[in-house]
Amino acid sequence: MATEDANKILAPGVAAPDFSLHSTPDQLVSLSDFRGAPLIVAFYPADWSPVCGDQMALYNEVLPEFHKFKAQIVGISVDGSWCHDAFAQNRKLHFPLLADFEPKGAVARKYGAYRDREGVCERALFVIDPKGTISWSYLSPVGVNPGADGILDALEALAAKK
Amino acid sequence: MSPSAKLKPPVGANDHVQGPAKAPVTLVEYGDYECPYCGEAYPVVKALQKRLGDQVRFVFRNFPLAEAHPHAEHAAEAAEAAGAQGKFWEMHDLLYENQDALEDGDLVRYAQALHLDVPRFVKEMEAHAYVERVRADFRSGVRSGVNGTPSFFINGARHDGPFDLGSLLAAIEEVA
Repeated sequence: MATEDANKILAPGVAAPDFSLHSTPDQLVSLSDFRGAPLIVAFYPADWSPVCGDQMALYNEVLPEFHKFKAQIVGISVDGSWCHDAFAQNRKLHFPLLADFEPKGAVARKYGAYRDREGVCERALFVIDPKGTISWSYLSPVGVNPGADGILDALEALAAKK
Repeated sequence: MSPSAKLKPPVGANDHVQGPAKAPVTLVEYGDYECPYCGEAYPVVKALQKRLGDQVRFVFRNFPLAEAHPHAEHAAEAAEAAGAQGKFWEMHDLLYENQDALEDGDLVRYAQALHLDVPRFVKEMEAHAYVERVRADFRSGVRSGVNGTPSFFINGARHDGPFDLGSLLAAIEEVA
């Protein structure tokens, strides 16, 4: 069994590891694309959980609140880009889902947000400041949708620091 | 953030409330009129109110998942429009009892059935007079840690477990 420590997510103050992942079968999205504005990175285990309790569907509804802070959001799971594409269309998502698919979970591992036993991402949230430093992170129990309140508190704190 | 998500703001004068203000238990639901799980929760809340009587105060706040449920936003506005004419709960019940029929025409039909001032209802619906009220509820839900629908808060703390009658009663017994 993976130890708690092996699964520890990156803490505030650490430079966010760069990534370059497919958002669609022919489009790559990189961390550096978001420099200059806060970025929310939401790792989650899998596409297609029931809609009324789905984390990505919730963030989709909360997008206007994120945008008040000029923040962008990306979701990351190990699902492939075709799967993400179908899921995003089905749920009418207005933000990119990135495929941490090959090598599987490589980005999640860098953030300490990979579940070795199940081979999926944790439910882990990161707020990255405009310079690329992690300003807040949170690891949720994998079965509990963490909601958006922690993210908004973190964005508020980031805005107050300016 | 879970598991300590707390209701913000607390229940106040603007809320839709059933039951006495002094009841030892306050149950708040953030709900969506088109959400099937909220539809399942609707008779559960009724049964719970029947069981607990004056011991429980029930509050409903809007949390329409408008991207997922295309009728949810208008339905929420319709309940508020009915509320402005003193019939919030009657409309709330009609909406949950008719979740498959939430087109704008249906909403007007329910306004007629409730003997509302229909021209006023239609005018307010067309002007989206209560959209800000619905958004304010939604925003308060987000800040309270609502993570899907329905989300229940028992005396201000988010209830993370299942919401069948037995589970809710057990959770209520723990705090009351």
